[in-house]
Amino acid sequence: MDAEAAKLLGAGLAAIGAGLASIGVGNVFAKFLEGALRNPGAADSQQGRLFIGFAGAELLGLLAFVIAALLIFK
Amino acid sequence: MAVEAKVDPMHQFAIEPLFGSNGWAIAGHNIAFTNSSLWMGIATLVLIVFVYGGLKREVVPGRWQMAVESFTGFIDNMLATNVGPGGKKYVPYIFSLFMFILFANFIGLVPFGLVGIHPFTFTSHFTATGVLSVMSFAIVLIVGFAKHKLHFFSLFIPHGTPVAMIPPIFVVELISFLVRPFSLGLRLFVAMMAGHVLLEVLASFVISGGNAGPLLFVVAGVPSFVLMVGICALEILVAGIQAYVFALLTCVYLNDAENLH
Repeated sequence: MDAEAAKLLGAGLAAIGAGLASIGVGNVFAKFLEGALRNPGAADSQQGRLFIGFAGAELLGLLAFVIAALLIFK
Repeated sequence: MAVEAKVDPMHQFAIEPLFGSNGWAIAGHNIAFTNSSLWMGIATLVLIVFVYGGLKREVVPGRWQMAVESFTGFIDNMLATNVGPGGKKYVPYIFSLFMFILFANFIGLVPFGLVGIHPFTFTSHFTATGVLSVMSFAIVLIVGFAKHKLHFFSLFIPHGTPVAMIPPIFVVELISFLVRPFSLGLRLFVAMMAGHVLLEVLASFVISGGNAGPLLFVVAGVPSFVLMVGICALEILVAGIQAYVFALLTCVYLNDAENLH
């Protein structure tokens, strides 16, 4: 396998990371909804924390995209 | 077989100098006025018009004033919940930051291409978002050191840490602190870029599917088009969320500087 093919394969494998991050983002919102439906009164005050958790989970998926982009274009 | 034009999804991010490419230089670096600068200017102009329209200060606000006031109230509320009473003085900065990113993201999504103007989403460049995040980080550092002097370093050691754990915790917290400007800028840039690449790739499926014949158009082109409409709606959501997350995380970091732990 030449280096170019290995790079493209690596970029494709990096997409797994994006898929795993989607599980994480789904978990963040699922747990929030679960809690919010049990105690709707407290839900609004926790929205900031919801988006901090979302940002953290999303960033790790975006890093997978960055790695893929680096492999393809660098 | 129809002649296929290769669609390059990265072409939309190319920075092209509009004027001033020769002669304009600072310390040997060219500072030409590019399409990125142009759309930054347009975003600023739209933002100024939007806010100026809401400055009437009527007792019973009209629609426009209500729109502007709901945004300022939103930012004010965000700082009050995340930073507390000390956060009031950051409202102008966070408001400008949030609205600038929001307008930039939205203007980049508007299909001006239909009338031949190609909007450029400058938030899809790490140079632009990086400067914004370094600015936030610099404010955190300046405020932190000015307010707490060297006591600011206690930020890296949470309360009640056992003495034996202080060195490793300090290193871990220091790294997580230093990574903040990168993660802040990287998140916005990658989210915007990935969305625009996705839209372009799906659009190329529609076009080359249509060129390849009626069968492929029905099998590949039409579903891609439907998906693209859905992704467009998702992109509008992402544009809002990313601006919100950028402002929110800046608030959280400012809270560290303002109140320590």
